[in-house]
Amino acid sequence: MKKRFIGIAISAAATTSFYALTLGVGLTPTVAHADSYIDMLNQMGGNPAEFNVSAGEKLFKEKRGPNHKSLETCDFGLGPGVLKGAYAQLPRYFADTGKVQDVESRLVTCMETIQGFSKEQIEKDVLKDPFAKNGGNATDIVNLAAYVAHQSDGMPMEVPQNTPQEKLSFENGKKFFWYRAGPYNFSCATCHAENDKQIKISKLPNLSTPDGEKAWVAATWPAYPDSQGVVRTLEWRMNDCMRQQRIAEPKYLSQVVIDLETYMGVMAKGHKILTPSFKR
Amino acid sequence: MNQTRRQVMQIGAGAAALGVAASAGLMPSIAQAADAPGWNAQLFEAKSFADVAKIWGGTPTESTDVSIIGPDIAENGAVVPVGVKSNAAGTTALGIVVEKNPTSLVAQFNMTDVSIPNVATRIKMAQTSNVYAVAKVGDKLLFSKKEIKVTLGGCGG
Amino acid sequence: MAYPMRMRANIEGDAVVVRVLMTHPEETGLLKDKEGKIIPAHFIQTVTCKNNDKTVLTCDWGTAISKNPFLEFRFKGGKSGDKVTVSWIDNKGDTSTADTTVS
Repeated sequence: MKKRFIGIAISAAATTSFYALTLGVGLTPTVAHADSYIDMLNQMGGNPAEFNVSAGEKLFKEKRGPNHKSLETCDFGLGPGVLKGAYAQLPRYFADTGKVQDVESRLVTCMETIQGFSKEQIEKDVLKDPFAKNGGNATDIVNLAAYVAHQSDGMPMEVPQNTPQEKLSFENGKKFFWYRAGPYNFSCATCHAENDKQIKISKLPNLSTPDGEKAWVAATWPAYPDSQGVVRTLEWRMNDCMRQQRIAEPKYLSQVVIDLETYMGVMAKGHKILTPSFKR
Repeated sequence: MNQTRRQVMQIGAGAAALGVAASAGLMPSIAQAADAPGWNAQLFEAKSFADVAKIWGGTPTESTDVSIIGPDIAENGAVVPVGVKSNAAGTTALGIVVEKNPTSLVAQFNMTDVSIPNVATRIKMAQTSNVYAVAKVGDKLLFSKKEIKVTLGGCGG
Repeated sequence: MAYPMRMRANIEGDAVVVRVLMTHPEETGLLKDKEGKIIPAHFIQTVTCKNNDKTVLTCDWGTAISKNPFLEFRFKGGKSGDKVTVSWIDNKGDTSTADTTVS
């Protein structure tokens, strides 16, 4: 494939523990990856998305909807009410819906089945406008996702590939990943299937193989990108990628996005989840 | 509270001049009536490290007692993590100065008798610049500097 | 306007290390909005940090502190159970304060 980008490989700056230098004490960096600007931000802490995690927790535990119930009995795959480690295993197949679902899609399932919100209410209040504008306030669904995801912080990604549906989700995600479309004839692979590729200062993660450079990025969402000024999830990131590819905008929670999350999640298998993390 | 800051930074005439200037209708451009008590608008208008040092009083000397930590390359100039530290006994204040910002002084941290001169924060940098950690030690100004490159990122992912 | 703030204070060696996350737009007064009008400067100017009732640090800040500021500082002589308070005043006279117990 003809290279479309002039990639300048800049040797990664040595990763040093930010706190080790300030304290004079050796500390293990939280993220041992060669991206020292982002590493420093993550090690420093104080991610503004921490407020979103708290807001999400409050929403999660609040009795809402026609059934006046909280989401505390929602099953994210490890049993009703089990949050620790649940995000690490999403997307996954759920027998009650017959679908492979990600965290936001599963939250919607529980909002409907436990809290009693109607499909029309969900369509209007959740699905229609899920992404805040740059610098705005995150929507409820994103705050909820940030909270649930944070309960898997520090745990290894373990997106399951046990059921036929989970395996199909991976295959469909992979198919889409390599599918060229739109006026630029871009696929995800156009940018994300080679090591040592860059756009300006962005080192593009190679998501096409578990050993790909920075294949672990799927484990760092939801995140707070400085340039967005608001917490973002993978649903948003896929939407934004497709916008950059100039291909059709995916519907929020569509299966193609979930399947891509399965694909990327499997490629990031074993990597420690860091959420909310910083991004540029 | 203001007393300690004035003694430490020898603002002295600066603050009084501000008062006079205000009553004469000649406010420095960013000083506002609602400015927090003790906040020195003149200091935060200084446009170079040298000007900041002049207001603080003292000739800046590079010193290994002062250290600055930050990334070599900041991929988003709006959010740059920086840590400044002084090992010099008798440090009364720390400062962060970004030479090439529209106004050079980013922040000033005033120590008390129990402070440990070691702070960290996130700052904005308008462009690639030397970033100075400055420590006021008695009537001396000690500094360390690091060039932090500011680039424009590609995608936000 | 609400300006939530959250903080943690931990003992590390002989120091209490405090990490504070603030909410603030930190507008520099240099940017314009979509209509071309200058967005007025709006930024934290002074920060006061106390342990119980004793001031342990004060800060003077300009417009180049990043939006949603983070501050890490440390002091001696604190102990578990002490109450650390951080308060700020901005250039409009808005204020916020938060506290935490040293763990």
